[in-house]
Amino acid sequence: MAYVAVKGGKQAIDASQEFLLSKRLKSGVLLDVQQVRAGLRVLIDQVMAEASMYDEQLAALAIKQAEGSPEEAVFLLRAYRSTLQRKYESEVVDTGKMRVERRISAAFKDIPGGQILGASPDYTHRLLDFDLFNEKQAEPSQARSLPDDSMPLKEDQSGHLGFDQLPKVVEYLRDQGLLARFENNDTAPSDVTKKNLEFPSNRSQRLQIMARGQTGAVTSLGYASLRGYGAVHPTVAELRVGDVPVYVAGPPPMDGDAIDEQGSYYIGEFRATEVESLVPVNKIEADGKQSLSFELGYGLSYGQNETKTIAMSLLDQCLEHPNEKFATHDEEFVLLHIDSVESSGFISHLKLPHYVTFQSKLVAVRASRQQESPSNAQKKTGPGAP
Amino acid sequence: MIKSSSSPKSHSSQLQSRQYNFAYFDEGSKKEIRRAILKAIAIPGYQVPFASREMPIARGWGTGGLQITLSLLGKADIVKVIDQGADDSVNAVSIKALINKTSLVQITESTAEASLIQSRHRIPELPLREDQIMILQVPTPEPLRWYEASEFKTKRLHAESDYTGAWLMLFEDIMKYGKVAGGADHPVLVKGRYVMAPSPIPKYDNPKMNQSSALILLGAGREKKIYAVPPYTKVKSLDFDDYPFEPENFDDKNCCKCGRSSVFMDELNDGIGPVRWQCNDTGSCREAQGV
Repeated sequence: MAYVAVKGGKQAIDASQEFLLSKRLKSGVLLDVQQVRAGLRVLIDQVMAEASMYDEQLAALAIKQAEGSPEEAVFLLRAYRSTLQRKYESEVVDTGKMRVERRISAAFKDIPGGQILGASPDYTHRLLDFDLFNEKQAEPSQARSLPDDSMPLKEDQSGHLGFDQLPKVVEYLRDQGLLARFENNDTAPSDVTKKNLEFPSNRSQRLQIMARGQTGAVTSLGYASLRGYGAVHPTVAELRVGDVPVYVAGPPPMDGDAIDEQGSYYIGEFRATEVESLVPVNKIEADGKQSLSFELGYGLSYGQNETKTIAMSLLDQCLEHPNEKFATHDEEFVLLHIDSVESSGFISHLKLPHYVTFQSKLVAVRASRQQESPSNAQKKTGPGAP
Repeated sequence: MIKSSSSPKSHSSQLQSRQYNFAYFDEGSKKEIRRAILKAIAIPGYQVPFASREMPIARGWGTGGLQITLSLLGKADIVKVIDQGADDSVNAVSIKALINKTSLVQITESTAEASLIQSRHRIPELPLREDQIMILQVPTPEPLRWYEASEFKTKRLHAESDYTGAWLMLFEDIMKYGKVAGGADHPVLVKGRYVMAPSPIPKYDNPKMNQSSALILLGAGREKKIYAVPPYTKVKSLDFDDYPFEPENFDDKNCCKCGRSSVFMDELNDGIGPVRWQCNDTGSCREAQGV
């Protein structure tokens, strides 16, 4: 019998687990966690973002254990995350203080501080580089010194702006009155991992769910909204990638702790991608006249995840303007279906035995066939039991 | 009585359990889940939203039930886990292994011996007692979901006791097929107030929820809802006066192992011999056989 054999299931599972292990080990080449961390940077970023857990070392371990499957690696990290106590909340992170490594604007040719291409495959031809087959351990001289440590952090002699004080591109539009300036909304965000999402949702909940959304799912829905199943036509005002510092308000300091004026602690930094998209909207003024102006679509995610973060900025705008015509403007449709652990979990549960539910359906189908008239015989049944 | 006490643990699994808390969660998480459970008990049949955690087993594979089990688990508890009636089905084995690995509590296959029974899609044949808790895994907690896709709207329908949709689904079945053609997960009315999805238990199991001696908790991990049927609560399967509720009937079948009839059966077809029938509740079948 199949996989619910009345006895013997446990042995079969043990054997399957051993078989899985052998798949990873049988080639005789062991993948080191440090190699994963060094060579699979982008996958690590994707996994950390979807797991909403920023730890490169654990992400590398998860990727190794999952044999490179992002959905499995995310799953491992999320499950681990459930066991950790959450002791602090950080202070508001200011992406204006991001130590920028890459920063481009599609809206303006020249921006204060300049376009910084940074590291990106955007400008490469996607030709397989067969030389990589024979790549030797990189010699130190080959590795160009990276901007991280060697670049000046403050204004240098030539008058260039430091990489951690580049102004936001959208400030220019705000100054011109084309983009509304809002008071900071300092309401504490509702943590979607501590309180279940209820509808209608607020923006902080939406942004959190999209930031941890599955990369492909967020990209697909963003694409759909752009292609025609949505009413948003954006321009990327600014996409920036870099490191942002994180502070927590701490207990009284111990000797030697770094502490800033406000009494908060620097606990580290994380790499993030931030996107601000401009979307033209039709505004109806108080006097009934219409005027065009811009609104902002916002995307932020851990690591360098550019496509997803741009898609997120589109969906953010879509969800700000509910529209029954398009699924991409329906918050329940978008927010409830983009989580990797949820979607992969429920899809994969179809592999579990469904004997009872199917038997129950079978009894019902047989009974309805016995009594129905021949003309009804071809009608199909309702939705199956989950 | 079959009992599989924890086997001697290997060095590596001992290490692994040391890195995790008792019953997996930190105590703060357990407290939060228990608070949702208490609210669910206080409002029978009402779906209480809770901050569902990601678990080491997949969403949709029983994480709602598992979170309830782990948050209730004490060192003296004895746990039984069944999946579609079977103690030894892949997922039941996996869930039991996780519970045991992180808590070292005793695991049993005997319904009578268990203090906590986690199950997917069945309520055991043996009547439950007041000192037991039945925990059901739920894929779709919303009984109106096939009628209304939006959570915002179904929540309002519950608030207003507007259950037209639930009745309509049954009524449409009768119009199309001359009877209620749905299988498992037949909706029930709890304490005359909330219409509730009993989880995909067969209709055969629905009556066991009515005036149950044991507390019944239902957990939907992916959908992040917990709900409950407190002991001795009225649970009525939705039906019409002229089309009364009709559970599956196995009166004319006999189990090929223990010989009983009228219990919920699996249909076995090995392609060689005739179709055979066998008790779906493997624990009760073994006890009936005296194995």
